[in-house]
Amino acid sequence: MKIIVCLKQVPDTNEVRINQETGTLIRDGVPSIINPDDKNALEEALRIKAAHDCTVTVISMGPPQAKDALKEALAMGADEAILLSDRAFGGSDTWATATVLAAAIEKIGSYDIILCGRQAIDGDTAQVGPEIAEFLNIPQVTYAKKIDFKDGKAIVTRYTETGDYVIESKMPVLLTAIKELNVPRYPTVKGILNAYAPGSDNISVWGIDDLTIDATQIGLKGSPTNVYKSFVPTKSKTNEMIDGLNGKEKAAKLIGKLSDLKLI
Amino acid sequence: MDFKLSEAQEMLKKVARSFAENEVAPIAAEIDKTGRFPRETFEKMTEVMFTGIGTPEAYGGAGGGDTEKVIVVSELAKKCAATAAILSIHTIFAQVIQKYGTEAQKEKYLPQVASGGCLGAFALTEPNAGSDAGAAKTTAVLDGDAYVINGTKCFISGGGQAQFVAVFALTDPTKGLKGLSCIVVEKGTPGFTIGKIEEKMGIHGSETVELIFDNCRVPKENLVGKEGKGFGMAMVALDGARIGVAAQALGIAEGALEESVKYMKTRVQFGKPLTALQGLTWYISDMATKIEAAKWLVYYAAYLKETGQPHTKEAAMAKLNASETARFVTNLALQIHGGYGYMQDYPLERMYRDAKITEIYEGTSEIHKLVISRSVLS
Repeated sequence: MKIIVCLKQVPDTNEVRINQETGTLIRDGVPSIINPDDKNALEEALRIKAAHDCTVTVISMGPPQAKDALKEALAMGADEAILLSDRAFGGSDTWATATVLAAAIEKIGSYDIILCGRQAIDGDTAQVGPEIAEFLNIPQVTYAKKIDFKDGKAIVTRYTETGDYVIESKMPVLLTAIKELNVPRYPTVKGILNAYAPGSDNISVWGIDDLTIDATQIGLKGSPTNVYKSFVPTKSKTNEMIDGLNGKEKAAKLIGKLSDLKLI
Repeated sequence: MDFKLSEAQEMLKKVARSFAENEVAPIAAEIDKTGRFPRETFEKMTEVMFTGIGTPEAYGGAGGGDTEKVIVVSELAKKCAATAAILSIHTIFAQVIQKYGTEAQKEKYLPQVASGGCLGAFALTEPNAGSDAGAAKTTAVLDGDAYVINGTKCFISGGGQAQFVAVFALTDPTKGLKGLSCIVVEKGTPGFTIGKIEEKMGIHGSETVELIFDNCRVPKENLVGKEGKGFGMAMVALDGARIGVAAQALGIAEGALEESVKYMKTRVQFGKPLTALQGLTWYISDMATKIEAAKWLVYYAAYLKETGQPHTKEAAMAKLNASETARFVTNLALQIHGGYGYMQDYPLERMYRDAKITEIYEGTSEIHKLVISRSVLS
């Protein structure tokens, strides 16, 4: 079995601040991390690897420094890593990104499972995984919170707000992971030291010339989405003090107001 | 000269920090209150292979050296000095076996302590042999194919939790220091029992016990190195251990500074945050400066050791300086926190108590001054 995990390097939003004037993220000095949902995807791949005989390949599209995310994935236990990096990929929206990732997966060739995170914490679109599945013309199950295998098929528990679905799918299949799927492991000390061992050339870098791809569908120009404006929604709160002679009267007034607002 | 960590070390620091925040910090106050040895944390440290730092991969270790150990121990100490002590002291056992053990001993012990979940301990101190290790009374007399050990070791960190203890005992009591030898004693060996569990001022989660040997028979192949060479081995091991304590002290100080910065930015008095009060900001300057100096001395000692250079003096300096820094910084940090600092709701009260041990164990500050002055004046 072969599993491909798509992951994205994102700024650690716990440490990101927003420039209120431009509405953009202040990325200076902000550490980068593997997108949390993608880490769940990788963890699941590593658990499947431990239980079955398979290999785990991680791919990421991004600038050269995205190598750090791939090194971390190798340190966690992935077998190989491919960085998709080229100026031509810059400015890609989800469509263009999925186009590049799908082309890279086609080049890798055979695979049984593609695991992606549900969505990235910097864009929150949740589109790239499903788009890859569409481009590759394979089934997809999103929001996976449990994954099993039976008779060569994947049995996936898909979380929704109204209840879980248990879906059986033939393979190859693309699955998107949510945080309920597992708790990602820490990279081991040995894994880290080996991932960065001097002379270890364990990350392949593929550019546009390495892929069979329609150049009009990628990068800033190939992206159908244009960001017109981004801004931070302002949150306003109003409060009202409830007066009364005693606690009982205040409570009665409070209940009246809450039921007027249909909150109780 | 390059003052940068490598990319791998940077990642290790990130992982250790995250581990400390998520696995160590949440129970730091609890293990301080109860004095419980956090076995689950030790198991997690085994999974991440913090326990295997410094042991080669061929023996089940994680590779890496003293710099990696400093990184991890100091990150752990920022959140919990007891957990940092547990790891730091544990690795000394493996260091002794690795440096002086036979191939058979390395194959037997190293994988178990580096990645097998077994704790190692180091037993040199006795009730009347603290700084004066030469006054040790514990004996190990060869009787056929076994050493028979009699005596009491005290203040042994992790001694009650350890699967293996490197015990220093006199195989020839007539020779004093030159009769001291190192023998591995396994948990459960008849005649080996745990005595008093100490109630300490700090690092409560790092269990400190008395070890009692009463006609304890240990196979003679458990002798590490040669008979009579134990004192030299112990001194070499302590050079390494001191770098570990220095890293722990550094981490405590760094953690106390982080807490103080956070507190000063949020605590409002006289209508403004504490950061607007110059008297307190100068405390921060002093704390940060001392920490920076301590940090580079610790890393320098680690660098000397892992590159095989003499490091006795520098390890002593790093430990002396970092431990004094830890006491200085936790004192000011508690002061910055005022009344809240004195309460157990904030970690400063614990950090202040924990910091003190770093000036005492693995050689007191006074012993380090002796080591340093002898080296400088020689």
